[in-house]
Amino acid sequence: MKIYLDHSATTPPDPEVALLMNKVQKEFWGNASSAHSFGLGARNILNEARDTVAFSLNCQPEEVIFTSGGSESNNLAIKGLIDAYHSNTDQKNNRATPHVITSAVEHHSVLDTVKELEKQGLIEASYVTPQKNGVIRVEDIDAEIKDNTVLVSIMYVNNEIGTVQPIKQIAQMIAKNNELRIMNNGKKSNVTEPNKHNSSFFIHNSGNKFAKQIYFHTDAVQAMEYFQTGVRYLGVDLLTFSAHKFYGPKGVGALFVKNGTPIIRQIVGGNQENKMRAGTENVAGIAGLSAALVKMHKAKADSKIEESGKLLPELILYDETKRLKQLRDKLIKGLMKIPDTRVNGCLKRRSPNNVNVSFKNAEGESILLMLDKEGIAASSGSACTSGSLEPSHVLTAIGVSPEWSHGSIRFSLGKHNTEEEIDRVIEILPGIIKKLRQMSPYGK
Amino acid sequence: MYTKEVLDHFENPRNVGEIKDADGVGEVGNLKCGDVMRVFIKIKTRKVKGKSGKEKVEDYISDIKFKTLGCAAAIAASSMMTELAKGKSLESAEKITRDDINDSLGKLPAQKYHCSILSADAIKKAIEDYKRRLQLK
Repeated sequence: MKIYLDHSATTPPDPEVALLMNKVQKEFWGNASSAHSFGLGARNILNEARDTVAFSLNCQPEEVIFTSGGSESNNLAIKGLIDAYHSNTDQKNNRATPHVITSAVEHHSVLDTVKELEKQGLIEASYVTPQKNGVIRVEDIDAEIKDNTVLVSIMYVNNEIGTVQPIKQIAQMIAKNNELRIMNNGKKSNVTEPNKHNSSFFIHNSGNKFAKQIYFHTDAVQAMEYFQTGVRYLGVDLLTFSAHKFYGPKGVGALFVKNGTPIIRQIVGGNQENKMRAGTENVAGIAGLSAALVKMHKAKADSKIEESGKLLPELILYDETKRLKQLRDKLIKGLMKIPDTRVNGCLKRRSPNNVNVSFKNAEGESILLMLDKEGIAASSGSACTSGSLEPSHVLTAIGVSPEWSHGSIRFSLGKHNTEEEIDRVIEILPGIIKKLRQMSPYGK
Repeated sequence: MYTKEVLDHFENPRNVGEIKDADGVGEVGNLKCGDVMRVFIKIKTRKVKGKSGKEKVEDYISDIKFKTLGCAAAIAASSMMTELAKGKSLESAEKITRDDINDSLGKLPAQKYHCSILSADAIKKAIEDYKRRLQLK
């Protein structure tokens, strides 16, 4: 029996989605930019898919840019916005370095993009550390906002520990700051104090978009299936998602860019995607993305949706999330019976599909290989699985010590997982941990 | 990612355990980096014929055990190292290199090479420990 519990890495493409993509490859292979009927066929598919995404995100179709996936969308959002800032002619005369706020637990495609821009001297950056449970405090972001802050990028659901960040509340806080800036002529507060960050740009260019606004980007790659992702509900300017995380194909995703948000494209060439992303469109992939979205929405529409409670109001509590929550909690409870085991991340503000536990004196990669031998697929935040000598930056940021983080295992559940499979993991894992601990110099 | 030999030594590690009355113990690595290896050796003497044909007495590793906390490569490298060292004279056991271990395993992936370094260091430390104890006697 093969048990796949690594859905945060990728999901198995839905057979219907794969079938449709095959059909599109065969029958609608025209270049969507061509004027002839072959092009028109492809163009129609793109337009329909864009409408589907717009429906899903509650935005306008022209606010959707198709990309090659989550990493490209994140790169485009951050680099594109900073590029636009530096390309602004007024800015060139003023030379105020823009400031970007992100968190220490972001996906590498956000974190490393910000670090790279910082290294190049194109931005100043602040990295907010979450609380020990993984949740970022809105106040901690607010405290980092300066007069030259132009972008905040915070992920919706963490890919390793499943922690859900208060995106709506962060957006409200940013909106308040933006209002204050307008009222106070570009400054966070109207207290007259010497400003070390040369914010004169903001005062003298009140007609400029950058003069008043902090833009808000969220990486929602892990959120699409289970959480509210309406961009008006969330209040974000930029939102990233990827198709292969919800049973769609790999190599295709999208970036929502709210009308009026200054972005400069990062892939230069033809005029595709409203001149925001050059390159002949991946029509079959985009059709697959759209079909997977439709299927996801249909599952929600066919199910009764309940109130998800005050602690996690952004969770869409329908049949599938209820089922996953039960399986998740059963797995956590079962694994916690193993001595010297801990759960990483918040138990309450947690994705319904995420289990992340650490075993003391057992190394993650060794656990993974032994699980794999039993047909169970999971992942780990240990240094040995990362290819570097560093354990997971997420676990380190929330204060998990190396002796625990090296023994961390993530199980991420999906729609095909059954209770029997969870029971099997609970049955198999104690023996694996015992065997590894017997081999360890510190084990019993 | 791993060769058959690595997986075999990971799944069926040779010489796992401790030697209570060990003559030398070597420990390398630390919890922070994730890999910790502890090696126990038992030393005996035997008569062997030297190059000139004259009989001489030499120390050799009569028994060796290890305990390792680490990834599959670290466990496999420890196991292979004990196989290479067992029965060898101290002189030749000291000379076991990271590449000897790495080659015997059919090469570890590049990012796992340091695991073979650790186990080569572990046997050297155990022999050093044995020699230090001799001096104290």
